[in-house]
Amino acid sequence: MTQNAEHVLDHFDLFRGPEYQQMLANKKKMFENPRDPAEVERVREWAKTPEYREKNFAREALTVNPAKACQPLGAVFAAVGFESTIPFVHGSQGCVAYYRSHFSRHFKEPSSCVSSSMTEDAAVFGGLNNMIDGLANTYNMYKPKMIAVSTTCMAEVIGDDLNAFIKTAKEKGSVPEEYDVPFAHTPAFVGSHVTGYDNVMKGILEHFWDGKAGTAPKLERQPNESINFIGGFDGYTVGNLREIKRLLGLMGVEHTILGDNSDVWDTPTDGEFRMYDGGTTLEEAANAVHAKATISMQEFCTEKTLGLAAAHGQEVVAFNHPVGVAATDRFLMEIARITGKGIPEELARERGRLVDAVADSSAHIHGKKFAIYGDPDLCLGLAAFLLELGAEPTHVLATNGSKAWAEKVQALFDSSPFGKDCHVYPGKDLWHMRSLLFTEPVDFLIGNTYGKYLERDTGTPLIRIGFPIFDRHHHHRYPVWGYQGAMNVLVWILDRIFDEIDRNTNVPAKTDYSFDIIR
Amino acid sequence: MSLTKTQSVAEIKARNKELIAEVLEVYPEKTAKRRAKHLNVHEAGKADCGVKSNLKSIPGVMTIRGCAYAGSKGVVWGPIKDMIHISHGPVGCGQYSWAARRNYYIGTTGIDTFVTMQFTSDFQEKDIVFGGDKKLLKIMDEIQELFPLNNGITVQSECPIGLIGDDIEAVSKAKSKEFGGKTIVPVRCEGFRGVSQSLGHHIANDAIRDFVFDKMDPDAAPKFEPTPYDVAIIGDYNIGGDAWSSRILLEEMGLRVIAQWSGDGSLAELEATPKAKLNVLHCYRSMNYISRHMEEKFGIPWCEYNFFGPSKIAESLRKIASYFDDKIKEGAERVIAKYQPLMDAVIAKYRPRLEGKTVMLFVGGLRPRHVIGAYEDLGMEVVGTGYEFGHNDDYQRTAQHYVKDGTLIYDDVTGYEFEKFVEKIQPDLVGSGIKEKYVFQKMGVPFRQMHSWDYSGPYHGYDGFAIFARDMDMAINAPIWKMAKTPWKGVPKPNLIAAD
Repeated sequence: MTQNAEHVLDHFDLFRGPEYQQMLANKKKMFENPRDPAEVERVREWAKTPEYREKNFAREALTVNPAKACQPLGAVFAAVGFESTIPFVHGSQGCVAYYRSHFSRHFKEPSSCVSSSMTEDAAVFGGLNNMIDGLANTYNMYKPKMIAVSTTCMAEVIGDDLNAFIKTAKEKGSVPEEYDVPFAHTPAFVGSHVTGYDNVMKGILEHFWDGKAGTAPKLERQPNESINFIGGFDGYTVGNLREIKRLLGLMGVEHTILGDNSDVWDTPTDGEFRMYDGGTTLEEAANAVHAKATISMQEFCTEKTLGLAAAHGQEVVAFNHPVGVAATDRFLMEIARITGKGIPEELARERGRLVDAVADSSAHIHGKKFAIYGDPDLCLGLAAFLLELGAEPTHVLATNGSKAWAEKVQALFDSSPFGKDCHVYPGKDLWHMRSLLFTEPVDFLIGNTYGKYLERDTGTPLIRIGFPIFDRHHHHRYPVWGYQGAMNVLVWILDRIFDEIDRNTNVPAKTDYSFDIIR
Repeated sequence: MSLTKTQSVAEIKARNKELIAEVLEVYPEKTAKRRAKHLNVHEAGKADCGVKSNLKSIPGVMTIRGCAYAGSKGVVWGPIKDMIHISHGPVGCGQYSWAARRNYYIGTTGIDTFVTMQFTSDFQEKDIVFGGDKKLLKIMDEIQELFPLNNGITVQSECPIGLIGDDIEAVSKAKSKEFGGKTIVPVRCEGFRGVSQSLGHHIANDAIRDFVFDKMDPDAAPKFEPTPYDVAIIGDYNIGGDAWSSRILLEEMGLRVIAQWSGDGSLAELEATPKAKLNVLHCYRSMNYISRHMEEKFGIPWCEYNFFGPSKIAESLRKIASYFDDKIKEGAERVIAKYQPLMDAVIAKYRPRLEGKTVMLFVGGLRPRHVIGAYEDLGMEVVGTGYEFGHNDDYQRTAQHYVKDGTLIYDDVTGYEFEKFVEKIQPDLVGSGIKEKYVFQKMGVPFRQMHSWDYSGPYHGYDGFAIFARDMDMAINAPIWKMAKTPWKGVPKPNLIAAD
C-alpha cells in the first residue's frame, strides 16, 4: 500500500506504485484485447513518415484536433465586453454550458451567459416561446442593461428569425419596448469563433447606430476627434486592453474601446461576486458612430464590423495582432497620424528598452526555427515578431485561416530573408501539424494548451501563446501588445529556450560542460 | 463562518423556507410557479426530497445543465479508449469537450487509443444544405487509413444531424459491412433531445445494447476462461483514476474485474460484460439502463455501491461480497481491516481541521448524495444539495439514505438561486462545477470542483479518500480566505466620544 496520511499521494504518483502497475498490466493483458506491441510500434513509426504525411494531407472530410471553435463562442466574447450586458444564446442549452466552461477554464473567472433552452418541441415549432419567456426571465433575474442575442446551430438550422422574435417578445412585454436587445445570427457551421465575434460586434454597433432594428431614428454622424478601438477575440484581452488604455492615455488620445472585456474577466476576490464589471457603456457604443476612425487590432476578426464603420464614413485601420518593435511602431504612428497627437518620449524610451532587450538576447533566438498555430491574426503578429528576432517561422498554421490570410502570411515571409523557407497552412489542423513537426522538425512550437500533445508526441518544446491556455495560470493578465507586451513575449520565448539548453546539458560527466551559469 | 451551527433544526427549516420564498420573488409569475416545484426543505422520513425533477429547464435563467451530446460523447462513450468517437456536426461541441473530463487511460494516443483527441466532421454550410452522409462515409475511410489500429467508431450526433434528416444509421451499417463487421455505432444524441445530459446517457446506453451486444456472435469462443468471481465496474469514468482506485479494492477482496464502464474501458471489455456474475454500479444515473438490460437479457444481477469515504466503502464492500461465497466475504473483511489504519490516520489528521464545517453541493450523476458520507466521515455536514440532471429515483435514494432533516434541496438550480442560497447560508465550502467555482470564490467562499475533483483525485476508494480529505482541508483552511475582505473597508468606525 503506497498511500499514506502524512504524505498524501495523488494521481501523479499513486498509480506508479507496484500494486497499481501490476493491476493495470494485468487488465490490459487479460481484458483489453490489446494490439501486438510490435504492431503498435510499427504504426507509431509509420505515422512519423513522409508517406503518412502525404495521406494525412490528402484528407478531405475528417478534421482531427482543430485549432478553432465555433461562431457562438466568439459571440459571447464580444457581448460581455459591454457594460452590464448578458449574452443570450438562442438554441440548445448545452452549448452555453460549454462556452461558460471554456472561458472559465482559460480566464479562471466566472462567465455569465444564458440560453433559451430549446428542446425537441422547439425544433418542431420554432423557438419563439423560448425567446419570449427567456428574455423576460433574464431581464427580471439578472437586471442587465442590455441583452445581446446570438444563435446556436440548432436555431439556425430551423431558421428562427431573431429580429421578428425579439419584436414579438417585446410586444408580449418580456422586456420594455425601448430596452436594448441587439442581435446577430451566428451559425456554428460558418466560419469560426472569430466570425462570431465579428458578427456580434457588428450587430451591437448596428443596433445603436442604425436605428435599433427600425424602432428608433438612425443616428446622424457628427464626426469628432475620438477614435474607436477594437481588440478582437483575444486570450490576452485582460492585459492587452489595459495596456492599450495606458498607451492611448499617454498619448492623450480620446478613445472608446468597443468590447472592453478587461474588467469582467479579471474581477477581484473581495467577498462580492460581480456578474458585470467594466465594459463599454451603451452610451459610448452609440456615440462611437461619431468617431473619426475605428482601429481594429485583428483584421480577420472584424472584417464586417470595419465595413460597417467605413460605411458610416469613418476611417478604418486594421492590424494583425501586432507584436514586436516594428508592429508597435506602425500601430503608434498610425494613431499619431489619425489623431494628430504626438508620441511621448516615454514611449520612445519603452521602445528603446525593447530594442535593448532584443539586442541583448537575439543571439539565442537568431536562426531558430519555429512552428506557430493559432487564430489568423495572432499567427501573423507572432510570425512578424519572430522574423524581427532573426528567427524562422517555418510552419504557420491556422485552422480558421482563409486564402486571403495565407496570401498575407506569404507576403510577410517574402518581406524578410528569414522567411525564405517558411510555409503557411490555411485550413489545416493539429494532426497536419503533427506530420509537419515529424517530417520537417523545428526547434520550438508556439500554440495553445492543446500543443502539449504535439510536444509530447514529437518532442518539440511548446511555448504557450494563444487561446485557450488551460494548463498554465494567469498569462492572460499580461499584455502582448505594445513595447512592454512584446517584452513579455520575448521573455516567454527566451525562458523556454534557456530551459531547453539546460535540460539538454545536464547529464553529469557527459554533457554538463555546457551547463553554464552565465548565458 | 457558518450560521447553521448554532441553530435548531426547526430554525434551519424556517430559514430555508424563507430563503426559497425570497428567491422565487425575482421571477415572473409563471417562472416562479415552475421553479417552486424544484426547491424544497427536506423532511426526515419522507420517501423523496419533495422536488420535481428531470423537467425542461426554463429559458433565460442560467441553468447549469448541458445536453444529450455531453451525456453521450462526454460521459458514456468518450472514455472508451480504443474506439474513435466522431463529433458529428459543427466544430464547437467536440472542441469544448476535448479532453476536458480527465478520463484517465493507458495507451499510445493517436495510434491505439484516442480519448484525448478531437475527431470532428466540422460541418460547413454545404453539409447542412446537402446533408452530411457523404462526408461521413469519407470520414470513415480516412479514419481507417490514418488510424488503422482503431477498434471501432462511434458517431456522436450534434444538433443539426437530426434536424437535416441525415441517415447516420445507414452510413454506419454500410461501412461496418465494408470493413468486415467492424463495430460502428451511430448515436442519436443531438443536443436538443431531452432536457439535460441525462437523455444522452440513456441513448448512449441503448446504442451499446443495439450496436455492441446485439451485433456480437453468440457462438464466439470466450476470450478468457470465466470464473465465479467475475464482476464489471459500471458507471465509473476514471476521472483522476477513480476506477483504478476502486478496481484495486475489488481485486484485493478476491473478485476479478473483467470490464470497466467506461473509464479506461475498451470495446473488448464492453463485449465481455455479459459474462460477468455481477455488475457493480457506481453512477446509477448514467448507467442503470444498461445494467437493467443485462439483468433482463443475460440474468446478471446488479448492485449499487458507494466508494466515497470509509463508512460507505466498508458498507459497499460487504454489500458486494454478499452476492458471493465466504471466500469473498472474508476478502471484504480483510480489505476493510487492511485499510483501517490508513483511514484512522487520515481522519486523525484532517477531522480536527474540518469538524463541524458545512458544505453545499450542486453536482450531477451520483455525487449530490454519494459524497455526503465522505464529508460526514470528516465530521462535516452537508446543508444543501441538488442534482443537475437527476430523476425522482435519485431524490428517493437521497432522501432515504443520505440527507438530514432540514437540508435545502434545489433541483436544476439557476445561477441566481445558487448564488442567493450560498450568500445567505454562508457554508464553509461549496462543491460544484467549473462554471460555479469562481462565482463563489469571488464571494470569499472556499470551493472544490466536484465533477473534475479540481484536477486532483482519485476520490474513489480508500486511496482516494486520503486525497479527498487533504483537498477539502486545503480548500477550507487556505490562508487566503482570511484575506478576501479589504482590511480598511467596512470596519465599524470607532465611537468618537468627543462628537457625542
